[in-house]
Amino acid sequence: MIRTPLRPLARILKARAQGQNPDAIEAENIRLRHEDDRDRARLRAEGRLLVMGVAFFCAFLVIGARMGSLAGSVPEEPTAQAAGSPIVGQRADIVDRNGRVLATNLDTHSLYAQIPDMVDPAKAARDLAAIFPELEESELLEDFTGERRFLWIRREISPEQMQAVHDIGDPGLLFGPREMRLYPNGSVAAHILGGATYGREGVNSAEVIGVAGVEKYFDDFLRDPANEGAPLALSIDLTVQAASERVLQGGMMLMSAKGASSVLMDVHTGEIISMVSLPDFDPNNRPRVLIEGDQSDSPLFNRAVQGVYELGSVFKIFATAQAMELGLVNANTMIDTQGPLQWGRFRIRDFHDYGATLSVTDVIVKSSNIGTARIAMMIGAERQREFLGSLGFLEHTPVEMVEAPTGRPLLPPNWSEISTMTISYGHGLSSSPVHLAAAYSSVLNGGFRVQPTLELQNGPQHGERVVSDAVSTAARQMLRAVVDHGTASFGDVDGYEVGGKTGTADKPRPTGGYYDDRTIATFASVFPANDPQYVLIVTLDEPSVEALGEQRRTAGWTAVPVAAEMIRRVAPLLGMRPDVETLTPTGVTLTSN
Amino acid sequence: MRSIFYVISGLMVMGLAYWAYNENYTTQASLKEVRTLHRQIGAAHERLNILEAEWAYLNRPDRLRDLAELNFDRLGLLPLMPDAFGRIEQVAYPSGIVFDIENSVEVSSNNASTQDSGTNQ
Repeated sequence: MIRTPLRPLARILKARAQGQNPDAIEAENIRLRHEDDRDRARLRAEGRLLVMGVAFFCAFLVIGARMGSLAGSVPEEPTAQAAGSPIVGQRADIVDRNGRVLATNLDTHSLYAQIPDMVDPAKAARDLAAIFPELEESELLEDFTGERRFLWIRREISPEQMQAVHDIGDPGLLFGPREMRLYPNGSVAAHILGGATYGREGVNSAEVIGVAGVEKYFDDFLRDPANEGAPLALSIDLTVQAASERVLQGGMMLMSAKGASSVLMDVHTGEIISMVSLPDFDPNNRPRVLIEGDQSDSPLFNRAVQGVYELGSVFKIFATAQAMELGLVNANTMIDTQGPLQWGRFRIRDFHDYGATLSVTDVIVKSSNIGTARIAMMIGAERQREFLGSLGFLEHTPVEMVEAPTGRPLLPPNWSEISTMTISYGHGLSSSPVHLAAAYSSVLNGGFRVQPTLELQNGPQHGERVVSDAVSTAARQMLRAVVDHGTASFGDVDGYEVGGKTGTADKPRPTGGYYDDRTIATFASVFPANDPQYVLIVTLDEPSVEALGEQRRTAGWTAVPVAAEMIRRVAPLLGMRPDVETLTPTGVTLTSN
Repeated sequence: MRSIFYVISGLMVMGLAYWAYNENYTTQASLKEVRTLHRQIGAAHERLNILEAEWAYLNRPDRLRDLAELNFDRLGLLPLMPDAFGRIEQVAYPSGIVFDIENSVEVSSNNASTQDSGTNQ
């Protein structure tokens, strides 16, 4: 580039010759040069701005186009990630404490009809009626030729049925995949599991939702994909549950009872190892809820959790334990049992007359109502209510089933002194067998409160203390004495040192008062009594058995033998070896002269 | 100098373009394989699930009990009762195995020569 000099000699000389100021020329040239520079700089800046603008425009264009494509496209799973198990059932399995399957899913198909696509509705209706006996040909034909465009024919079909429908060859008959809830063990643990049904249904899939029991209680857990199909482990032992059901079924028939229930609970962890309620049902084919009549007659009714009964004398141990805990009595204190005990217009009697006084242990062993009522009077209403509350008798059980809140105990509206006396021997307060099992566990395990649970635990519950260790031991010794030489002498099982308390309560009439010939017989037992492991509650509804030429309805003749048989069957299954006396040592045998 | 730089840059761009093209196809092949594997895993899961359900169904307590009763003559299975537990003292001490004595003198290398001749041939 040629720069024009600021003071060109020719012009300077000319200006000097004309007497002008040569500096003006220089100033003029500087001005021109500045203008020139300014124009060039401006041009360059404008160029840069343009480039910047184009760059920003392109960037925004790219971002906008990407956003548009993201918004407009169908979402897609990131296929490049291969981690995790990609396909799991939509509902997790339920397993027992040893991992055996209690509930699982099975892939089946549903059958539906797109009626406009059907070629020969008459033939399809005829063939379908032949495959599925419960379908009516005339009804199907009516549906196929009417206004409808879509029809569900069957929710679940077997592979053989699917093949048969394929063979009809009608393009309007279509299959949709379905996951079916399967309970492979049939009616075993039916009340605990509850059942499942379909929620929202579509052609391609259907929701499986729980309708009762743990299936409904844990519905969110079972359907949570975050668990990646991890099964729900219950505290139930399938073998023990099946054996208990078998024994209880037999016992119910022998004792001609109309219903029965049993609860086997680990005293330290509160785990329910088996819980039976008879009559039962098959959860694969859950019966309908009764529309009329008493719900407690339905097989769906869970007697162990929902059934609240006045359980009778099994409550006596609570009054005794509390009195010992408060230091009011000890096991040998003599209690006045002179009968009958008159209180206002009420009269408390014993089954037999047991004489003027009995020791506290004998009050339990002989099951004296008068003696227990006198102990309860020493305790008083307020303390008794508080103690029973600490054992969980004032609210429903926290068992993980949707039915649990319906098993709310029935308490006296006014906890008066006479209520205190009747509750001490188990009348006037209705509770469920699970309540009783939890309370027995709490009192007998050394005195720590346990909450009943159906979930597998990994250690003992360290609840609040309800009674001291010494009282717990004394209570167990009393219960052992009941079985050894008291009302539950049929309950002894060699080697397992069973302790327990019988309870026979007359059933209340719906119209008021009590039936003379209908009872609820309960046996609450703990084994082994010296080192408690399990609590077993057996309840029979309206039992009666002919023995020694008499019709017997008391628990000692009905519930106790059933419970003993159950302990004989399940204790070995629980891995408990019987504690038999040491063998007499083999003497020295002379083998040769 | 500058032209060499341009040529190298150009070659590098071409090389990278080829690499990206190659990677793209490898990725697509891998994704396809992953999809196939996922499908296979799904099918295996389904199969496993059916087998587990069948196993549980065949081992349901009612059926096992019926089978034990049906085959009582052959198997003699009874419910586990408390008397099934024994004591260690009740187990007889195993009597030592008594061998039949064929030759009064047994030499450990009795058959060695025949074996040796066998391997040498």
